[in-house]
Amino acid sequence: MDTLARLFPDGWAHYLLGGLLAGAGVSLVYVGTGLVGGTSSFFSATWSWVSRLTFFGEPRWREQRAWRLLYAVGLIAGALLWALSMGTPQVTAVPAWQLLLGGLVAGFGARLSGGCTAGHGICGLASLKRESFVAVPVFLLTAIATAHLMRLWGLA
Amino acid sequence: MSVATDADQQHPAVRLLRALCVLAGGMLFGFGLALSGMIRPETVLAFLQLRDMGLLLVLGGAAGVATIVYQLAPRLLSRPLLGGRFTGHPGQLDRRSVVGAAIFGVGWGLCGVCPGPAIAGLGAGLWPLGWAVIGLAGGAWLHGRYASRR
Repeated sequence: MDTLARLFPDGWAHYLLGGLLAGAGVSLVYVGTGLVGGTSSFFSATWSWVSRLTFFGEPRWREQRAWRLLYAVGLIAGALLWALSMGTPQVTAVPAWQLLLGGLVAGFGARLSGGCTAGHGICGLASLKRESFVAVPVFLLTAIATAHLMRLWGLA
Repeated sequence: MSVATDADQQHPAVRLLRALCVLAGGMLFGFGLALSGMIRPETVLAFLQLRDMGLLLVLGGAAGVATIVYQLAPRLLSRPLLGGRFTGHPGQLDRRSVVGAAIFGVGWGLCGVCPGPAIAGLGAGLWPLGWAVIGLAGGAWLHGRYASRR
């Protein structure tokens, strides 16, 4: 019991339940439509509406962009439903520059890698894809190292 | 991947049901991310600084359910319930997928936000995550520019 409290100082049940629900959402989309619901592709697919870069002109982005947008609307609506039903007001003390810079680096990396925590971490592992079994430990390691350095420098 | 081509040949009612399925799946995903606290950068950073192992339960729970369904569905069903085809996560193991993952981790560790929670967090009123969404969109654009020249 002591170990449990040390590993999960804020409790563990909401983590597990939230994870199971997130997995159920990805699974529902797969069983219903066969679509693979990562989230970082949303950003590339959405650029295809407006950007003239040849990469965003590839047919695959035009084919995905409508459902990716709908999926993002679902993510927002789901979190809104949580906020209205059982949520507590949410705030973060992480400064804007850090969110902007971290997002920029994470966005580039996820698209170069072909997936993020959802694409590789949920869908890729579930598809038993080799690159995801490599990508997940790699990004966990660099993220843990970076977060430790940030704390060392008093930034997080 | 002819998802749209398949969809174009479908009855409008089936297309509507597919859209509702994507929306409902996204909502479950977003609700789960909010319930688990993953939309708060502080919760993610607490894991990355090894002070709270909660994220492992979230990722493990989500990947566990998805693995069962991704592996069973194609064996039990000839095709998805609302049409289309079962395909796995696209991509292959190469230098880009590994280097990209390393870069992604650095960005994730910098801010404690990844794409799913960044989008979902807006629904829970975590407005500062809009900065992360702008950053992620900028990163995806830079990648598109890089990939266009390749």
